[in-house]
Amino acid sequence: MTNLNNSSLLEIVNLIKSKKVSSLEITKHFIKNIEKSKKLNSFITTCFEESLKKAKDFDEKKNFDGLLSGVPLAIKDLFCTKNVKTTAGSKILENFIPTYESTVSNNLWSEGAILLGKLNCDEFAMGSSNETSFFGNTINPIGKDLVPGGSSGGSASALAANLTPATIGTDTGGSIRQPASFTGTVGLKPTYGLCSRWGIVAFASSLDQAGPMTKNVKDCALLLEAMSGYDEKDSTSINKKKEKYSKNLSEKIKGLKIGIPKEYRVENMPKEIDILWKKGIDILKKSGAKIVDISLPHTKYALPTYYIVAPAEASSNLARYDGVKYGYRSKKGKNLIEMYENTRGEAFGDEVKRRILIGTYVLSSGYYDAYYLKAQKVRKLIKNDFDKCFKNVDAILTPSTPSSAFKIGEKTNDPISMYLNDIFTVPVNLAGIPAISIPAGQDKQGHPLGLQLITNTLDEQKILNIALAMEKSIAFKQSIDRWWE
Amino acid sequence: MSIDKNQVKKVAKLSRISLDDSKLESLSKDLASILNFVEQLNKLDTKKIEPLTSVVNKTLDPRKDKINDGEIKNEILKNSPEKNEDFFIVPKVVE
Amino acid sequence: MEKDKFDYYIKTEKNSWEIIIGLEVHAQVISNSKLFSGSSTKFGGKPNTQVSLVDSAFPGMLPVINQYCIEQAIKTGLGLNAKINLHSIFDRKNYFYADLPAGYQISQYKNPIVGEGIVTLDMPYGTKKVGIERLHLEQDAGKSIHDLSPDNTFVDLNRSGVALMEIVSKPDLRSPDEVNSYVKKLRSIMRYLGTCDGNMQEGSLRADVNVSVRKKGEKKFGTRCEIKNVNSIKFMEMAIDSEAKRQIELLESGKVIEQETRLFDTKKNETRSMRSKEEAHDYRYFPDPDLLPLKIEQSFVDSLKKKLPELPDQKKDRFIKKFKLSPYEANVLVSEIGISKYFEEVIKNADIKLAKNWIIVELFAVLNEKNLDIKDSPVLPKNLASLINSITTGEISGKIAKKVFEIMVETGDEPLKIIKEKGLKQQSDPKELEKIVIKVLENNSDKVSEFRSGKEKLLGFFVGEIMKASSGKANPGLVNDILKKKLKK
Repeated sequence: MTNLNNSSLLEIVNLIKSKKVSSLEITKHFIKNIEKSKKLNSFITTCFEESLKKAKDFDEKKNFDGLLSGVPLAIKDLFCTKNVKTTAGSKILENFIPTYESTVSNNLWSEGAILLGKLNCDEFAMGSSNETSFFGNTINPIGKDLVPGGSSGGSASALAANLTPATIGTDTGGSIRQPASFTGTVGLKPTYGLCSRWGIVAFASSLDQAGPMTKNVKDCALLLEAMSGYDEKDSTSINKKKEKYSKNLSEKIKGLKIGIPKEYRVENMPKEIDILWKKGIDILKKSGAKIVDISLPHTKYALPTYYIVAPAEASSNLARYDGVKYGYRSKKGKNLIEMYENTRGEAFGDEVKRRILIGTYVLSSGYYDAYYLKAQKVRKLIKNDFDKCFKNVDAILTPSTPSSAFKIGEKTNDPISMYLNDIFTVPVNLAGIPAISIPAGQDKQGHPLGLQLITNTLDEQKILNIALAMEKSIAFKQSIDRWWE
Repeated sequence: MSIDKNQVKKVAKLSRISLDDSKLESLSKDLASILNFVEQLNKLDTKKIEPLTSVVNKTLDPRKDKINDGEIKNEILKNSPEKNEDFFIVPKVVE
Repeated sequence: MEKDKFDYYIKTEKNSWEIIIGLEVHAQVISNSKLFSGSSTKFGGKPNTQVSLVDSAFPGMLPVINQYCIEQAIKTGLGLNAKINLHSIFDRKNYFYADLPAGYQISQYKNPIVGEGIVTLDMPYGTKKVGIERLHLEQDAGKSIHDLSPDNTFVDLNRSGVALMEIVSKPDLRSPDEVNSYVKKLRSIMRYLGTCDGNMQEGSLRADVNVSVRKKGEKKFGTRCEIKNVNSIKFMEMAIDSEAKRQIELLESGKVIEQETRLFDTKKNETRSMRSKEEAHDYRYFPDPDLLPLKIEQSFVDSLKKKLPELPDQKKDRFIKKFKLSPYEANVLVSEIGISKYFEEVIKNADIKLAKNWIIVELFAVLNEKNLDIKDSPVLPKNLASLINSITTGEISGKIAKKVFEIMVETGDEPLKIIKEKGLKQQSDPKELEKIVIKVLENNSDKVSEFRSGKEKLLGFFVGEIMKASSGKANPGLVNDILKKKLKK
């Protein structure tokens, strides 16, 4: 049998379609991997019994119409899954079993995929290291003491460790791209509105966007095709025809103009990242693209803007976790108000509390204009920067992160240093445009590093094409010795 | 502008989050440093800038006035930590 | 109209005080489904059966706006002669409460769907224009039930998410009477438009009342208090009176008014402070990121405008011009859409002058006494028309008509049937009448002599006797003619 651990999503799809391997065999393979991966702590919930049943069903019915026919997948525990516990990494949803399925995950099942389980993440997707999860931190397969990044840390870890052939995450400020970069995988944050937000536990509604996390660019195109699409249940969903990203994938990028923004050259950035960035530029040049120096002057204001907008929206989005309709309720408290306070005090973690408090503060009377309104104005400036650049260039190339995966516990005591990790990923969320992180090389310690491509709204095909061309030239290899098994 | 312990308590009250007194000190420090960080924005002149409210270049798509939801009482109440056959139950509200 | 002048001042030993009132009326939009979800808005359903995952704020649920609710708000705006804002925004109003599942209410704050407008009131002292500040769409909350258990509150979310229009007036009202008239006028306009049923018992219409006082002649407004959630017009009037008196007492004893929210205790007839010991409300409004700006095309507004029904003010003008009604009569007949419909139905086939009198005097008396809405009137419009026609054709007299009407009220029968069955038809045969006249004159020969010798007042006596003899059925005109002829002889 083929070594499934080296197989990409597309290869698995083809193995099943060509009937070389059954869905049940594949599912069993991944279940075996998952069972041996306790040390990574990348799963919060598994549903193997159900997965095996579905795989058997699939093998009996042999309906190969779907893009993901018979493929088992684990997904971030932020997507509500019908009859399968959904926690968002929080104690407050520890026992929450949705009676409904998120649109995006449902799209995957409609394409024939089978749920393996729910992947660990930072609590309510608030974090850059997966250390804020109530269910414990996830380990990066690259190294025992490394964080996988966050918030889709469980997704990145499971993908890199071959516990799932591909996965989906959500990206509010870099939560797909940063963990992809930390684990040597591919992660795409689509245009805001391309994937429905319906049924995804909300963090910051104007920034949240689901996206694919895969081993390579072709898989990424395939998974994006499967998960995206207009949803009338989400008012911010973009109403357009479904694209065939996979079929239209092409590595011909000759003549495209790629912008290099000077503002992404930050102080104290490791030299390796700069070298890698230059390598990326060279590859693009060799592929026939034109390199243009550009300026995104408000880049440095993106992170402060984000840390007003996202907490503000979060403070309101998380008000529904009050111990009344679902989730944890404190036993303490004589009256309703005390019940609320104790429930939320006991069941939210420190980072979530910090963000709710900041968000409440910046929206409160007397501070709204100085913080929230100001941030929305700067957000406009940031978006204007991109709009202006995309009049002249097809895409922008930057590093994905200012460092490789850091050590567990290294940044937990200093929120700002943790936040700074998202410095390159956040501007894109503020502007609502797509960006992809692809593995581009390693630092001195052998930890993977990613490069980020950014395009204009709805230019997902273009971003995938450029990424494919780069991926081919980079020929990234990361050997992982499965030390956890 | 910065935030002191009393303000943190006030905001916590508004957010309905009980705080351990032992954690108040460090939390206030964290919040102050975050606020200090975001206050970089004050360097920018934004007088003439319209705030951005959505990155999606479209307006609301309304739905038709049809009843196609509801009648799922059991589903609605199923996850509630305290309920009876018909209602959510909460501790007495005191005004 | 000149007879009355506005004079609603509260007079104390020292001063004369003017009351300043502004209203925030919450009107439930008539729609099948809720503002942002597809569950039913029907009143009186079993607890938590008209609730969707959106209404109960499950994780990941998103609002999608109801087109018809937008239409209803625009129509109402047009009915209030108000500016329709082609661009409006939905905001979140954040606060925690058991019956607010999301921890915020979706409302409109800085950019409401409807801007300034005007409502005209007909007061005994002339017309009064009341400014509308704005109208916005928002969600209703659920219901907290406090009296089913001593330790717990029960929550029913059936109302959660039902569309409300909040209509904010300018502080233009000056008396409980004006408030009464204003609320009735608003209700009437919305009922004409079919945008709110105005049913106060079911909570479809309720108001927060802002009250302040100032000395007569003063220009500056005093500090106001807001009386929350008053759900009947009578209670609004009572609450205003008692709140104004409370404020005056405070001011006259040298104290200051604190701006605050108060509740009206209907049993004690007084307002009391709602201020909890907790922190003051800070709603932290911000644009709802789950919703995009609402854009309305002018052409859409225009098309709704074209389809707008005739509204009370227009109808009143038409009634005065076309039917020669007095402004008072017109006002009464247009005050409720049901009444105006009834009136127009009756006058399709009957004399206008008689119709308006019969409706305003006789029918209203019956409806009042039986506490009935005009749509439940036991006398159908076509039957009233037929009764009026019996009068104009001389089939029955006005007096008999009242008798017939009484029977119609009790039985709901057609007047012609009643007249026939009870033999109430007017006696109009001159020969028959002549016989009666002659008989009456014969029986009262002494009175005849007196009459002929100049005591002409006796004519009334003879008429009365003749009517008696005919059981009231004699045609009074004919009787008069015949009687005069006979008496001359």
